Amino acid sequence: MRRERVPIVVLVPAAIGAAFFILPLLGLIVRSPWRDAITALTAPETVEALKLSLFASLSATALGLVLGVPLAWMYARVEFPGRDLLRALTTLPMVLPPVVGGIALLLAFGRRGLFGSWLDSTFGITLPFTTAGVVMAETFVAMPFLILTVEAGLRTMDRRYEEAARALGASRWRVFTRVTLPLIGPSLFAGAVLCWARALGEFGATITFAGNFPGVTQTMPLAVYLLLETNQNASFILSLVLLLISLVVLVGLRDRWLGSA
Amino acid sequence: MTLEASIRLALGPLDLEMELTIDEDEVVALLGPNGAGKTTLLRAIAGLVPFRSGHVVLDGKVLEDTATRQYIPTERRPIGFVFQDYLLFPHLSVLDNVAFGLRARGTPRRAAADKAVEWLDRVGLKGYARAKPSELSGGQRQRVALARALAPDPRLLLLDEPLSALDVTTRAEVRRDLKHHLGSFQGIRLLVTHDPLEAVALADRLIVMEGGRLMQTGTSAEVTERPRSQYVADLVGVNLVRGAADHGSVRLTGGTAIAVAGAESGEVFAVIHPRAVALYRRRPEGSPRNVWPGRATNIELMGNRVRVRIDGEVPMVAEVTPAALKDLELIEGGEVWLSFKATDVMVYPA
Repeated sequence: MRRERVPIVVLVPAAIGAAFFILPLLGLIVRSPWRDAITALTAPETVEALKLSLFASLSATALGLVLGVPLAWMYARVEFPGRDLLRALTTLPMVLPPVVGGIALLLAFGRRGLFGSWLDSTFGITLPFTTAGVVMAETFVAMPFLILTVEAGLRTMDRRYEEAARALGASRWRVFTRVTLPLIGPSLFAGAVLCWARALGEFGATITFAGNFPGVTQTMPLAVYLLLETNQNASFILSLVLLLISLVVLVGLRDRWLGSA
Repeated sequence: MTLEASIRLALGPLDLEMELTIDEDEVVALLGPNGAGKTTLLRAIAGLVPFRSGHVVLDGKVLEDTATRQYIPTERRPIGFVFQDYLLFPHLSVLDNVAFGLRARGTPRRAAADKAVEWLDRVGLKGYARAKPSELSGGQRQRVALARALAPDPRLLLLDEPLSALDVTTRAEVRRDLKHHLGSFQGIRLLVTHDPLEAVALADRLIVMEGGRLMQTGTSAEVTERPRSQYVADLVGVNLVRGAADHGSVRLTGGTAIAVAGAESGEVFAVIHPRAVALYRRRPEGSPRNVWPGRATNIELMGNRVRVRIDGEVPMVAEVTPAALKDLELIEGGEVWLSFKATDVMVYPA
């Protein structure tokens, strides 16, 4: 087969663009103090940050599934006034600077916030600067990815399967759990993984709303940033760990995003 | 047991108004062209399409009645529905597909699986319990769909184009098996098809629908012998005209009168078989009373016969031998005279 020649005006910027992504990764891999890896990874503050990050990001994903799937279902299946507006609002965190999200959360759920003061006075619940706050900040930023992915899945699935299930006597709940959910399985999985990855990397909203207390609210990205000042080697190693996780996510989703179509 | 339905609804371009009563001792086929509303009617009976007014009553039990605002949702109707492309759940095994309806209706897992295996055996798919629907052939999928619909013991079996997804070679075989299962099913059986062969082979009675309306109902012999719509006439391959009969002639809506034998009066249908239509190069002389000039618009070889479609005062299809066509030197667009005898016209009340 004859290959078409790539014009130079395309090739050069394309090569620079590719290098722009490859060089930082190369830097991280080459310059990381591999010998210190074990010590850095087993240091108590690292282990704490890692544990907290996993707990918070998985909780955020679980919360996203419990709240986001019903929302996605509403968007895809129910015609209600203000649906497009509501969808826009719940998508906003995807484009909003996370710090702004954190401040908004603080103004709503902070100790003197719109609802926070009520929560505090009525139930004695304080959310900011707690682990629950971390989960909230991560959910706020990450759930839109799940909602949008699941909604797309619900919209593209063949709804006649649901009719077939109903004609076989299945209740609405049974139709949803035995037919709808399995049929949108790939979207559900992709949405959950995207949501989790976004939650894991969350920085701005978390540090604004939950602060930076080791063991309580200091997640991996926060630790990486702060260790840069005190213990650079540990910071590099933690960065590598996050890079590795991202790679695994990408490979896990390759059929969806990098599929050979 | 009887199904009684009266349904009026509008859906997109379709304006449907149908009444039907089906008994337990007959297999009924809804026959009609695409867009006639057959599938919509079937879905309305199942409760999947809301209707503007009417009712569906199965064996004295009201499933839906707009007058009394009664509505039993689809999942609580005793129906079995075989969908056009079967809609087997792709994520479930064949066994779980067949057991789905039983499980949904409360049968314990073990008993549901046993009964599903029994049904798979009955449709000849004993070894396929663990397979996924995607691993089956079209004919096998059809059998699974049938087993899935029948396993929960419905009272009303609805089949939407049950064989249309199959290729010609498997169709005959699956049709034979389907006929067998329809025969042994205890309950109301209603199937939708646009294929007259399928309708005649599977059903005891045909209901012909066109444009959301009932055109004709009866046994296949009754329907094909006395077509009451252009659609059926085309299926059977005869010429059908309608007009007012008056002592030996039928005046058509265009004003033309055709001579007929017999003494019917009032609105009638008249059928002229294409074989009874003779063609001539010049105006024929002789006894036939019905003689018109026309133009051949379409000439088609069908087996050892040639069908010639002729446009004229009354559009007709004539069937002649290839040799006769050669003698006529007739080509598409050519002028021709046609004639048929009054005694070859069958007349019956409209």
